[in-house]
Amino acid sequence: MEILEIHQKAARRAPGDKSHGITGVVASGDLEVLLERLLDGTECEVNVKTSVEGFGDVWRAVVNDFIERHSPGGLRISINDGGARPETVSLRLAQGVRLMEADR
Amino acid sequence: MMLDDLLNALFPSHDTQVEAEGILCGTAQYGQDKTAAVVGLVNRTPLGVDGALSLAGHVLEVIRHSPGRPIAVLIDAQSQRMRRRDEMLGLNEYLAHLTKCFVLAGQRGHRTVGVLFGRAAAGAFIATGLVQDMLAAVPGGDPVVMDLPSMARVTKLPQDRLEALSKDTPVFAPGLDHATPIGAVAEIWNDGDLAEKLAMALDGQPGAPDRRDEIGAERKGRLKAAAIAKRVAQEATAHA
Amino acid sequence: MNNAFTKYRTWSWYEATARERVANLLDRGSFTEFIGPEKREISPHLALFDLPEAFDDGIIVGRGTVRGRDVLLAAQEGRFMGGTFGEVHGAKLVGLLRYARDYQDAPRVVVLLLDTGGVRLQEANVGELAVSEVIRAVLEARMAGVTVIAMVGGRAGCFGGGGIVVGIVAGCCSRIVISEQGRTSVSGPEVIETNMGVEEFDSRDRPLVWRTTGGKTRRLLGGADAYAEDSIDSFRDVAISLLDRIPAFDLDTMEKEHARLTQRLEKFGQCHDTPEIWKAMGIAEPDRIADLSDEDFNQIAQAQKEANHDAR
Repeated sequence: MEILEIHQKAARRAPGDKSHGITGVVASGDLEVLLERLLDGTECEVNVKTSVEGFGDVWRAVVNDFIERHSPGGLRISINDGGARPETVSLRLAQGVRLMEADR
Repeated sequence: MMLDDLLNALFPSHDTQVEAEGILCGTAQYGQDKTAAVVGLVNRTPLGVDGALSLAGHVLEVIRHSPGRPIAVLIDAQSQRMRRRDEMLGLNEYLAHLTKCFVLAGQRGHRTVGVLFGRAAAGAFIATGLVQDMLAAVPGGDPVVMDLPSMARVTKLPQDRLEALSKDTPVFAPGLDHATPIGAVAEIWNDGDLAEKLAMALDGQPGAPDRRDEIGAERKGRLKAAAIAKRVAQEATAHA
Repeated sequence: MNNAFTKYRTWSWYEATARERVANLLDRGSFTEFIGPEKREISPHLALFDLPEAFDDGIIVGRGTVRGRDVLLAAQEGRFMGGTFGEVHGAKLVGLLRYARDYQDAPRVVVLLLDTGGVRLQEANVGELAVSEVIRAVLEARMAGVTVIAMVGGRAGCFGGGGIVVGIVAGCCSRIVISEQGRTSVSGPEVIETNMGVEEFDSRDRPLVWRTTGGKTRRLLGGADAYAEDSIDSFRDVAISLLDRIPAFDLDTMEKEHARLTQRLEKFGQCHDTPEIWKAMGIAEPDRIADLSDEDFNQIAQAQKEANHDAR
């Protein structure tokens, strides 16, 4: 298993009031993304646990791109990965932020 | 241990027979002139629709005709019968029916005590062994979910790796020395007077709530289950 | 159910994840989850095998309302390790059922969205024990007056997997709702083939697998109490329709179940494949059951004596 931790400041706080949300499933080619509105200001944290080792650079690129596009400030994001492709990772992260925009 | 030797060791006297499909039935004396019903699945027989129905029938007979009589359940089986015919006819319902009859017996005041003296695997173990008020084992008892070679095939891990891993945890490999710490087997009757141990077991409380997860925690073989189950109720009542 | 079977155009039960099923089955916004993923109660045993964990260990438990009615609910995620029972997974379900058993002001209905290939091999012993504890907890809850409804329509039976498939647990519930895609059995098809050979059971013959253990067969034989279309709306409506006729778990019910299971073996015990059974039941086109629409099938099922009983 490989564990990656990415800390980054986003441009803005993620909108919405939802305290936590989850999307995706830990299955072959998929991943689950747990989002928690826990951090101050525009801080963002993405923690990845993956069974596919050696792709740290790809993860960092995908996550940095996601943070730039979606500004998930204030969110701690935790991922259990089942070997998803980068496009699937991007999709789940975007879905996650949308989930968090809800009122509750 | 052979069935006859076990019966003679467990009971001062008994009147039992083995019917079709390895189904044992009859009665026996225990303790001070008390009578127990004796049923079981023996002769290393897999449990199919016919055997499950027959065994359930014997349990229902006890409930109907012998109020308060405890039931000893002797087990030397295999797994469930792996046949297309049995699955087609609804093996899951027959095994569920048998399981329900044992639980009903306990609820109606018939203490149920399983004695594992041979193999019991998967669905057969669930329906004849794990369902009882108390499950004991004697040497030779061999509880299995899946044999290690099959497990190695399905998990795609080499068998010797699995064997090595199983030394560190009772959680997956077959055997009595794993089944006991997790709470599946209450007692192993290694030595001493089997008849006395069984008599004491048969006099125990019928139909008590299932505490095996707490026993697994006490024995340190199953560290999370009891606490998680309790937490659910705590969160549920907090949100009520 | 006497009304016409309407066509639903909403979520496929089969395709949906467990969370999607929960969100769309319950009234919007009514769900409270117990030991949710943010609590991170993961399996302590998968790391040994270098396998990824799920934050909820593949099962969601909680409470909500269905058309205003309070229910407790558990939903297995069939895509995580085949929806299999591990220590934590099983304990969450046991805890939910014991809560219903013990607290008189808990909801009196528990809905089990079962989607499981059985016991998680990496946790085989504790997983199997958990299945036994679930069974005991279901029956103890029923004895305390709780209704437990199994809903079977997911995909986890497709995965290999070890011992016990959802079948025994379902058979202990008060009622079973199943769709065409759903299957209940004890041994998975691959396990039978591996142990007994392909002549005994060809696990890749999908029509055979569904004829043997699939939803339509279960419904007609009386192994399921109601048949739903593959949609969350249908499962909801069908489950609600069952609520006013729930068998008690007692001696009378077990005697009746014993009688119907005895009759089943007497009448059909010699049949080799299901069309023979349907023929013996007097069904008009016994070879066409698999081709029938849900609506046509449901009409036939509602007319069969064996399919409709209170003996569970």
